[in-house]
Formats: sequence, C-alpha cells, structure tokens
Amino acid sequence: MSIFSRKVKTIDNQVDTDIFNKETEGLSQGQIVRRRFVRHRGAMISLVVLFSLITFVFSTLGFKIFGIGYGGWWKYKITDLPSLRTSGCSVALPGCPTLDLLPGKNFGLGDHPFGQDDLGRDYFALAMRGAERSIEVMVVIGLVAGAVGIIIGSIAGFYRGWIDAILMRFNDFVITIPAIVLGSVIGFHFGNKGVLFLALFLGLISWGGLSRLVRGEFLSLREREFVDAARVAGARNRRIIFKHILPNAIGVIVVNVTLVMSGAILLEAALSYLGFGVVAPDVSLGLLISQYQDSFTTRPWLFWYPGLLIIIIALCVNFIGDGLRDAFDPRQRRRISRKDRAAERVALVKH
Amino acid sequence: MLAYIGRRLAALLVILFGSTFLVYVAEGYSGDPTEGLRGSTDPHARAQLAALIRNLNLNVPPPARYFIWLKGILGVFTGHFDLGKSRDGNQVSTYILQAIPVTIRLILLSTVLAILLGIGFGIVSALRQYSRFDYAMTFFAFLMYSLPIFWVAVLLKEYLAISFNNFLANGTIAPAWILAASVVSGVFWAAVISGTRQKVFTIFAIAGAATATILTLLSVTKWFTHPGLGPIIMLLLGLGFAFGITYISTGLGNKAALRSSLAVVFVGFVFYFPVEYLFKRFPSFLTVVLMLAVTIAIAIATAYIFAKIDRRPVIRTSVLTSFLFGFLFIIDKLMKTWVPYINTDAIHLRPVPTIGQANDLLPSGNFWFTFLDTVLHLVLPTIALILITMAGYIRYSRGTLLEVLNQDYIRTARAKGLSERTVVMRHAFRNTMIPITTIVVVDFAAIVGGAVITEHVFAWRGMGTVFYTAVNNFDLNLLMGFAVVTSTLVILANLVADLLYSALDPRIRVVGKK
Repeated sequence: MSIFSRKVKTIDNQVDTDIFNKETEGLSQGQIVRRRFVRHRGAMISLVVLFSLITFVFSTLGFKIFGIGYGGWWKYKITDLPSLRTSGCSVALPGCPTLDLLPGKNFGLGDHPFGQDDLGRDYFALAMRGAERSIEVMVVIGLVAGAVGIIIGSIAGFYRGWIDAILMRFNDFVITIPAIVLGSVIGFHFGNKGVLFLALFLGLISWGGLSRLVRGEFLSLREREFVDAARVAGARNRRIIFKHILPNAIGVIVVNVTLVMSGAILLEAALSYLGFGVVAPDVSLGLLISQYQDSFTTRPWLFWYPGLLIIIIALCVNFIGDGLRDAFDPRQRRRISRKDRAAERVALVKH
Repeated sequence: MLAYIGRRLAALLVILFGSTFLVYVAEGYSGDPTEGLRGSTDPHARAQLAALIRNLNLNVPPPARYFIWLKGILGVFTGHFDLGKSRDGNQVSTYILQAIPVTIRLILLSTVLAILLGIGFGIVSALRQYSRFDYAMTFFAFLMYSLPIFWVAVLLKEYLAISFNNFLANGTIAPAWILAASVVSGVFWAAVISGTRQKVFTIFAIAGAATATILTLLSVTKWFTHPGLGPIIMLLLGLGFAFGITYISTGLGNKAALRSSLAVVFVGFVFYFPVEYLFKRFPSFLTVVLMLAVTIAIAIATAYIFAKIDRRPVIRTSVLTSFLFGFLFIIDKLMKTWVPYINTDAIHLRPVPTIGQANDLLPSGNFWFTFLDTVLHLVLPTIALILITMAGYIRYSRGTLLEVLNQDYIRTARAKGLSERTVVMRHAFRNTMIPITTIVVVDFAAIVGGAVITEHVFAWRGMGTVFYTAVNNFDLNLLMGFAVVTSTLVILANLVADLLYSALDPRIRVVGKK
C-alpha cells in the first residue's frame, strides 16, 4: 500500500510490438492517424457533439450566404418581444424556462426552452445567436492565426539566418503583448465594426506559439534526406516548403490550432464580458453572461445556459485536440489489453 | 554567459521598443481623448480642454508623441524615470506602484497553490496511467481549461461565500452532507493509493470513516462557529506532518529523518504558549516572518544533531515539516481571532466576502483583524485562479513525468534495485521539474498582467483595474504604464527561464555563437 507502488505490468515487448505492427501493416501514415483518432473515445464523442451542436445552432435562427437564405426553424428571432410567460412559473419570476428533458407530459423544448429575459425576449434565440458568434469567432481566429503562424514559422525555420532572427524577434514581440490587452484596445474602439473584424484582429495576434512550434519542426525536417532528395530532383524552395515539409509538420499544426481555437472562445467571451468585445445590439455568450450575472439569484437560467454553451464548445474542442495529439504522436501506442495479448500469443504459437 | 545575457538584454530593449511603439500608436490613433470635453457645455470646458492638451501633448501626432513619452522612460538611466501623467494629472507611476502589490497579493498564493496541487495531481495521475483516477483527472483538467473565469466566479460567490455565510448561522452539518463527503473522500484516497481490491476497500473504509468522524465531531462541537486548534490538535497534526513528509521525501526507513522531524514538532509544541504570547504582545508581520525563520533554523539545527551522515535529505524533511508546523501557529492564531472578528459591526457574522480586497469598515490598527480580513478576501479569487491555472500544470507534469519514466536511466535505476520511491522522487521527479520550473517562471510573469478579469470580477484594485480604467478613459499614458510593466516582466521571465533551464539541465548550453 503505497502512493508510489505501481501495478507490476506484464510487459511483453515482443507480443506488443507484434500487435502494433500487425495493426499498422500496409497502412499509410494518414490511415494510422485516422485509426488512432477514431479509437480515442473522448475525442470521437466530442467530435459528434460538436458537429451536432454546430448544425443545431446554425439552423435555429437561419442564415444567409450569397443571397441563399434559410429562415431557421425556431419561431422567435432575437428581436421579437413576446409577452412574459407566467403560467407554470412562480409569481415573482415570469419567463422561466420550459426545457424539460425528463420523459413526461412536458418533455421537449416548449415555448421558451431557456426562458425569457427581463424584456421578454426569447433567451433560447439569444443564446443560439451568441453560440453562432462564438463559433464564428473561434473558426476565424483559428484560420487566421493558423495561416499566419504557419507562414511565419515555416519561412523562419526553412530559410534560417537573418530572416529567422528578424521573424523570431517579431514573434517574441507578439508574444510579449498579452492578447487580452491588445484585444481590449481594438475591441473597445472598433467594437462597432462587427464581430468578424474583432476575430480577424485577434487572429492576427494569437499566432505566436504556433509559429515557434512550426519553426522548430521545420528546423529539424529541413535536414532530412527527403528534402535533399526533393532538391536534387530540382524542386524549388516553395515546392519543398509546401509539398514536402509542411505535410510532415501537420500534426503539430493541427494540435496547436485546436488549442488556439479553444482559447479563442474564452478570449472572446472574456473581452465581451469586460465590454471590449462584441457590443449590443449584437449578442455573444460572454456578453449575455455579463449582462445577466446579477440576476443569478433571481433568474438563474439567464446565467447558466450561455456559460454551459461556452463550456461545451471549449471542452469538445479541447478533447478533439487531445485526440489529435495522441493520434499524431508516433510514440503513442494504444493500451494493449490482456485479451489482445493472449490472442496474439496463441497466434504466435500456431505459426 | 555574460555575453549571452548582454545580447539577450539588448534584444529585450529592441522588442520593448517595438511593442510599446505599436501599442502607443494603435491606441493613440484609435480615439480622441478630448471627445467628452469638446461636446461639453460646461463653461470651464475650454480651459480644461486646453489644460488636457498641454498636459498630454495632444497637439503632437501619436508617432512623434511616443518619443516624448520614451524620453521619460529612458530617464531610468539618468535617474529621472517618468511614466508621464494620467488624464487626471497624477503621475502614472503612483497608480502603478499602488497596484502592483495588490496584484501580487492576489496571484502569489494562488499561483503557488496551483503549482503544488497541479504537480501533485499530475504525478499521481502519471503513476496511475490509464487508471480511473487518471481518466478523471484528465477530464477534470480539460473541464478547467474550458471554464470562463468570470462564470466560475459568480458560482463561487453564490455557492461558496453566500452559502457558507448562511451555514455559519448555526454551524451544524446535515448528516446527508457528512455521508456524501465521506464517500467522496473514501473514493479519492482509494483511487490515489490503490492496490489490490481488498486494499482499495480497506482504504475506502478507513478514509470514509475518518472523514465522517471528523466532520461529525466538528459539527457536534460547533467548531465552525468557534474554530480553534489548541495545543493537542496541533501536536497531532504536527505528528501527521512529520510522518507524512518523511514518508514522501525519504521513506520511513530513514530513522534519522523521522526522528529529526518528530523532534522539530515536539520543540514547536513546547513553544506553543510562548509563541502565542509573542503573537499577542507584538502583533506584526515581522513577528510572523521571524517565527517562521526561527522554526526553520531550529529544524536545521535538529537535523544536524540527529543525522551524522547523509544530512541533506534529513535537513530537507525537517525543514518542510517545520515550515508546515509553523503555519499551524498562524492558522491557530487566525482561528482565535475568528470569533471577535465575525462579531464586529463591519462583518456582522458574514465573514466570507464576495468582492473587494479589504473591508474598509474594520477597526483599524488591529494587525490580526487585518490579517484575517485579507485572508478571507483572498479565498474566492484564489480558488477561482487555482481552478483555472491548475489544469495546465496537471497536464504538463503528467506528460513530462510519463516521458521521463520511459527513459533508459529509469530502467537502470529500477534494475539496480532502488525502491520505487527513490526511482520516482529522485530520478524521475527531479528531471520532470526542469521544464516545469521554466514554465512556472513565465506563467508567473504573464499572470501579473493576465489577472485582468479576475480583478474585475472580484473588484480588486490591482494592475487589471489600472488597465481597465485606462482603456475605458482613453488614458494613453496609464495604459502605457501597464504595458511597459507587464511586457518587461514577461520578457525578463523568458530570459530567466532560459538561464534556469541551462543551469538545471546540463545538456542545454546557452553560450551559442562566438
């Protein structure tokens, strides 16, 4: 009985390696990664949850892209002002939520699943619009930060020398300014330009960590034989960077971009909470929390739902990132169960 | 080495120049600080406007104005350091100097606790890789990663502060809660210690029963409304510390370490009443620090007496024990202050505050009141910050330890027949600490500027508030004061981290190019 004691593992390297080799035999790197990812239970659940959530959120209020519009299936818009629902609520608290997940007479969304705010606006519609904003911000920041980070990191790592020195000092300087500081300054003065402008800008300042990692990968990959081979075959620098080295660095990039994205959701929420992000009449989850945090004791639903949405989205993205990291990690091997080992031993004896 | 530091410092200045220039110009062009006054109908508005323009050199365009500001900053080399004036005409440096201690008070405790807890959980998680405990910790860490701190803060205010204050009205715990707490504690310890099935159940039963007994005793004796430790409980806790720390640091087999730390506890116990008198007679921070220093000195002396050879582990164990035991004295004193404290008019039986950094209505001049007040105001923000920052340390220390445990030298250590404790604590843990140390340094610097939201939610007047006010009021110089301090800290911390890394890890050399 000890904190330090570890279960004595029956490690049978021969058998484990055999199982591992058999599983990966004849598969490309991409297939191996995909298989490992699919086996990561948390990541797969998160992926399903996140995609269902995104579909649900974006179909609720409808959207319009290039003139093709879809009205949305929800009966209220965020500007609608239905009267406060009183039946079924206590007298002091009109507008209580109707969402009921227990089987029974009231099962389902009901009239106002997340309740109504003090004006009577449907809180479900507001929360869905907020979630839309959060997801948009997350994707834009991820794309912008990813693109800038990859370009700067790969140029610095590939060309080295003075280009590297300059770009990395620039990188240091971007890391030095806390994102929340520059984000607040921009958000406060240009908040009226819309959420996508803010997201674009936040993307432009959150690539610091990514570009360092990409540079590190490039520094080690550019010395490998396949790069020499490509060069001997007459490939130009641009081709080597994009066709030969970048695909090999994709693991690091994908994992880091998911981290940036989950951070982005929280950053946007924090900025909006401080009043430096999305501003009314637009809606965001952080803004909803900051608007209704004082009503926590009286009408807690106004506080719970936006927070839970933020947590679900960020949690899913984090788990997907974890699954991707495990999948791309060449040293990572699945935990091999005793049953698999027994089967493999039987197979070995038969041969 | 010196050349390397010199080169890095030069680069630091260049980076600082660039980042401050960017923030200055961005903020300078983004709005007009005179806007409010221009539209004003106040007869004095014209004069105020002129004064503002003169004070802040607003007739100079931002890129050029930056150099006026820079001249004040460069005064640091000539002894005339000047961060400029804020909009209300006061020196920016006064605001900054007031804010920094507040922020440090806010983040110091939480950072230290988050690091200790995070590394502890991470290590247990790594040692029990793929166990239920490990999965639970992973999930917990990701959940913490995904929490918006301002959201957690509201929950903490409601469920911790307000509910706890309500609970203090009678101070008894309902049996259902005692049962729930016992089950949780049983499950936790069974998962941490683990072993064969029979052992797991035994541990579960012991931990659960212990928790239930303690909680029932505390509830029955109304301990929560009249808390205190007293010499006997302190002695028992001290003995627990002595055994626990010896067990983790050297193993109970090291008799010298065990005897030395037990002796430290007994010496401390003998001094219970003198220390109490000292605290009463000379209530000041200095007394507390001196008390801790003397305790540690006693511990070192005891270690020298008990250990003739191989003194270092004995000293380490005794010092850790004495440090924890010394803290018990402070806690005991704070608990004795509790009853008069909550009965003051300012507190009125609701001791856990939801916002603020100090209660201004407290009778001033009572050191222990102020101390307890500060501690209580720290409770909520500290818990919130720990929850948010601990996740990173859990994940990081787990990952690093797992990597280290797969190294060949660990296999060698095991093959030599070393005990698992020695392998884990001496060979694996120390190497795990190398990257973690460097992360801690950088994190600590970053959090000085990064606790903006925490300060805002809990209404603390630290660096975050300086920043918030500056942005809201178009106060360019104030904003720059904040930016200079935080970015300098971050850059310096990065430098320190690199140097530490090379000092701790002999494989890393910083000297670089000739």
